Amino acid sequence: MLEHSHNQDSESISTPAETSGAELLTLEQAIANLTHPDLSLRYYAAWWLGKFANGEPQVVDALIAALEDEADRTELGGYPLRRNAARSLGKLADLRAVNPLIRCLECSDYYVREAAAQSLGTLGDTSCIPNLMQLLEGGVAAVPLVPGRPHLAEPAEAAMESLAILKATEAIALIRPFLEYPLERIRYAAARAMYLLTQEAVYGETLVQAIANTDLKLRRTLLLDLGASGYLPGASAIADAKVENSFKMIALKSLLENHLQQQETFTVSPDAQKVMMLMDNLL
Amino acid sequence: MTHSASALELIQSVEQADSPSRLVAAVQALAKARLKAGIPTLITVLGYNNPEAASAALDGLIQLGEAAVPLILEKLDDYNYGARAYSFRALAAIADPRALDVLISAAETDFAPSVRRAAAKGLGNLRWLQLPIEQRQIAQPKAMQTLLLLVSDPEWAIRYAAVVGLQALAASGSIDSPELFEQILAEFAQIVQTDSDLAIRARAAMAQEQLKANTTQLTALSY
Repeated sequence: MLEHSHNQDSESISTPAETSGAELLTLEQAIANLTHPDLSLRYYAAWWLGKFANGEPQVVDALIAALEDEADRTELGGYPLRRNAARSLGKLADLRAVNPLIRCLECSDYYVREAAAQSLGTLGDTSCIPNLMQLLEGGVAAVPLVPGRPHLAEPAEAAMESLAILKATEAIALIRPFLEYPLERIRYAAARAMYLLTQEAVYGETLVQAIANTDLKLRRTLLLDLGASGYLPGASAIADAKVENSFKMIALKSLLENHLQQQETFTVSPDAQKVMMLMDNLL
Repeated sequence: MTHSASALELIQSVEQADSPSRLVAAVQALAKARLKAGIPTLITVLGYNNPEAASAALDGLIQLGEAAVPLILEKLDDYNYGARAYSFRALAAIADPRALDVLISAAETDFAPSVRRAAAKGLGNLRWLQLPIEQRQIAQPKAMQTLLLLVSDPEWAIRYAAVVGLQALAASGSIDSPELFEQILAEFAQIVQTDSDLAIRARAAMAQEQLKANTTQLTALSY
């Protein structure tokens, strides 16, 4: 998952450090801080609300307003506050955020577009599918790397991830060409999305085989990809991978939960038991 | 060449290894020799921040078993959680009940989740029969109390490890009190219904099934 691959701490699974100082804010203060003269307090408040608020209407309103913020800019013209507001709206499950986030897909800041594309996936409203597909429109040639920047012109990974979550089978033809993209991590993001959308083992195997051949950082991302794909035959490849046990645990947990969610009722299949035995051995 | 000379050589080749691959090979050789004299060196390797070497040293310590326990306990590294996690995995696998108090305090209070997970798993799995019955009757409820505490930890992996620990505790044939067994089963029933993470609910459900299967077998045998 994209967010994991960016922020994951190899030791702590739920990063307890994040909570330090959290008690110091109240909901009212955090909302007020979104328009505070001190821009760093705005930025922190937007993150805090995504982490600790429960989707209260006034929180969602304030974060939607922060998507239009003009005050907080980086040297390159980025909008840090908008990025955090877009990420937090993805966690608060209020569908009023869908249209404002769709508008963010046009923002000049790549990271705002990426955050919005991810949040639209987690919100689960399928009305954004055409907009997400637009990010991939024109295929591999239209989504080149930006020279000198660590990312593509469009957030293709986030778009593919969200389209897969939204079960947008109409996007399959758009996603497939990215299996041939020159960058490995894009190819694997495409493979994961293709597995989720088609359930064809060949895409799961693409991820399994890649684990042995990549560097440590990409290997960690791949484990999380494989976990999020729910491709159960990949379980032992995760358990045997050369990464920290904490990463394997997260990936196997995600694999297990994705499998359990695909079932109609809560039953523990023999395949699920195998995954848990692998997890037991990593403790 | 005398036996002790070769032990010395094996230890020195670990200490003098000048590349990661030589280190791993030297640790593997020392681990394979199963020498008591090599225990301190194997413990030191756990702190080298070389996962392959550490895992070879861990295997070596587990093979040496109870002989390694006093030194592992003495040399627990308070300043390196990576090394500490390996030490606790060794203690958990060797399962010597002398480690009980250290496992309890690590499971409850260590700041590193990897250490707490290893300790929680180990806590359920000790070789209880090595304790005289009167000590066992104090030690097992103590271990259970700690594990029941961890079942409501905010960190999912700690809760997962607590379920694994509780299952092992309930399954240990030496449990003298049926109340302990029943209490653990009741806890699992609760977790299956209420835990926020699907994976934890599934792990508790698996524990329930396996414990019930064991009891059925035992009952069948007694007829």
